[in-house]
Amino acid sequence: MNDIVLHVADVDKSFGGLRALSNIDLQIEEGKTHAIIGPNGAGKSTLLNVCVGRIVPDSGAVIFNGKALTGRQPHEINQLGVARVFQTPEIFPDLSLLHNVMIPAFAKRDGAFTFNAWSGLVRESGIRAEAESVLEDIGLIEKKDLEAASLSRGDKRRLELAMGLVQHPRLLLLDEPTAGMSRHDTNRTIDLLKKIKERGMTKVIIEHDMHVVFSLADRISVLAQGRIIAEGTPEEVRNDPKVKEAYLGEAQ
Amino acid sequence: MNSNFLRNDMVLMAVFTLVVLTMPIWLAPIGAGYPDLLQKIAIYGIFAIGFNILFGLTGYLSFGHAAFLGVGSYAAVWTFKLFSMNVVPAILFGVIVAGLFALFIGYVSLRRSGIYFSILTLAFAQMSYNLAYSVLTPITNGETGLQLSQGDARVLDHALGIAQSGLPTPSFFGMEILGWSGFYVCAVALIIAFFFALRIFRSPFGMALKAIKSNQNRMNYTGFNTRPYTLAAFVVSGMYAGLAGSLLAVTDPLAGAERMQWTASGEVVLMTILGGAGTLLGPLLGAGIIKYFENIFSAYNERVLHDVFSGLPNGLEQIVVSFTSLFVGEGWQLTLGMLFMLVVIFLPGGVMEGFRRLTKLFRRDGPQSPAGAAQPAE
Repeated sequence: MNDIVLHVADVDKSFGGLRALSNIDLQIEEGKTHAIIGPNGAGKSTLLNVCVGRIVPDSGAVIFNGKALTGRQPHEINQLGVARVFQTPEIFPDLSLLHNVMIPAFAKRDGAFTFNAWSGLVRESGIRAEAESVLEDIGLIEKKDLEAASLSRGDKRRLELAMGLVQHPRLLLLDEPTAGMSRHDTNRTIDLLKKIKERGMTKVIIEHDMHVVFSLADRISVLAQGRIIAEGTPEEVRNDPKVKEAYLGEAQ
Repeated sequence: MNSNFLRNDMVLMAVFTLVVLTMPIWLAPIGAGYPDLLQKIAIYGIFAIGFNILFGLTGYLSFGHAAFLGVGSYAAVWTFKLFSMNVVPAILFGVIVAGLFALFIGYVSLRRSGIYFSILTLAFAQMSYNLAYSVLTPITNGETGLQLSQGDARVLDHALGIAQSGLPTPSFFGMEILGWSGFYVCAVALIIAFFFALRIFRSPFGMALKAIKSNQNRMNYTGFNTRPYTLAAFVVSGMYAGLAGSLLAVTDPLAGAERMQWTASGEVVLMTILGGAGTLLGPLLGAGIIKYFENIFSAYNERVLHDVFSGLPNGLEQIVVSFTSLFVGEGWQLTLGMLFMLVVIFLPGGVMEGFRRLTKLFRRDGPQSPAGAAQPAE
C-alpha cells in the first residue's frame, strides 16, 4: 500500500438540522485518482470544501501529509500542496489566459506574499514558459492573450484546470471537472487527466458523469446522505448492490 | 533602466518626461501656462496616480485618502519649522509619516472589503480632520493652519549658518522654490512617481493586485495571502498622497485641516474615474482636467458673463447670464458634477476609454500607427 496523502478522519458536519456529513473516514493514496460519487445532495461538495478549509467540520480532522488542514486558511492549505478546481469556474475574468495561469505559478514559486513591485513581469520567462506549456497541454494556447471573461464555459473550466495543474500540487481536488463541457471537450479533458495520472499526481474527483469516473478512477467512494456507503475499485463498486440501489439504479 | 523594462515602456517614459517638462509651453495657449496651476496639476496628478494603485489596480475604493495628503502636508511643514527649509527632508518626512499613518489605517480598514472598507476609511479621514481641527491644535494649529514663523528652530539651517531675514522660503539646496522652480520640483516628483507606478503596473506584484481586484476569493485558493498585498497597495498609495501633500507644503508652506476633509477625498475619486481607473495615464489626465476647469470656471463671475453675452438683447441677456452663472464661479462644482455624470454614463472607462475608442476608429479607417503617449497603457 502506498503512502496516504490525505486522511479525512471521522468528519461530521451539520447545517442546522441537516447532517451533511456523518462519520466520514476516507484515505487517499499517493498517486491514485480517487473518485467520489453520489446522488445530488449527498454531501460531495461539502466534503471537498472541508478539505480546502472553506468549511470547518464540527468534529474530526483532515490530515494532509501528516499535517492537520482543519482550521487553516485557504492560502495556507494551497501552499502545503493542495490545489482545488471549482465547480463553477473561478478564474480571473479581467486578465488574459496567460496571466491567469502565471499567477498560480507565482504562488507556488514565491509563496503566499512577496513584495516584488520592482521586478519586471517581462523577465519572468521561466514562469511564462511553464504557463504556456500547461496552456498547450490543455489546448488553449492559441487563446493565451484573450481576456478570460471571453471564454466559453467549457473553456473556462479547462483554464481553471490549467491553473491547478501549473502548481504541480501533491493533491488536486476536482469538483466536477467536465460539467458543462461538450462530449468532445469532456474526452479531451479525460485524456489530459490520464496524462497527468501517468506523472503520478494524486487526485480526488467529484463527478456525476459515470463515463468520466470509470475511465479515470482507481478507487471510488460512494456517498449517500452524508455517509460513505461503499468503497473500492471501479469493478467492486459497479457490482455492489447497495450502490446500485442508492445511485446507479436510480440513474438507469 | 535595465533589460526587464520593455522598449515600449522606455518610449512611454521618455515621451512622458518630455510632455511634463514642456507643459508650460504647450498649455500656455489654453491659458494654463502659469506655475500656480501647473504645479497643482502635477501635485494632484501624483495624488491620483497613487490613489489609482489602490482603487484602479486592487479594487479597494478608499474615501479617506485626503487624510494622508493632510498628514504629508503637516509633516512637511513641521520639517521646515524644526529642521531645515530644504525641500528634500520635508518631502521624505512627509512621505514616511503618511506611509506609517496609512499602515495603521489600512491595517484596521482592510479587515473589511467593499462598501464597509470605504466607510471605514471615510470615518478615519473625518476623524483625522476633526482631530486636526480641534483636539490636536498644538500640532496642527487648528483653524488657522500650521504656518512658518520667524522664531522656528530650524536646527539644521542654523547649524549650517543658513540664515534668512524675514519669513524663509523653501529651497532646494540654495535655490528658492518660488514660481517656476516650484513647478519644476513638482514636475520632477511627478515623473519619478509615474515611473514607480509604471514599474508596479509591470511587476508580478502589480499583476497580483489586478488579480485581487478580479477575483479575491480565487487568489486565496491559489495560495496567496491577499491581506498583505492589499495592505502594501494601501501603504504605497498613502505614500503617494503624502508626497502630494508635502509638495503642497513645499509650494506654499502652510497646512490646514480642510485639506483632509471628505470633499478632498472625493475629489481624487472623481479624478481617477474621470480619467480612467486602472489605467496608467488616466488618473493624471483626470487630475489635469479637473484642476484646469476648476481654475477656468471659478474665475468667471457675473461681470465676465455680461461681457460674454453683451451681444444679446437686454432681457434675454439677463436670463442667460443668471442661468449660466449657476455653473461658474462658486457654482463650478455643478459643472463638474454634470461632466462626471456624462463620463460615468457614456464612458465608464473614463477619458482613457474615449482615447481607446478613437484609436480603434482610426485603425479601422487608416493604416495602423503608434499613438505615442495617448496609447492606452494597459
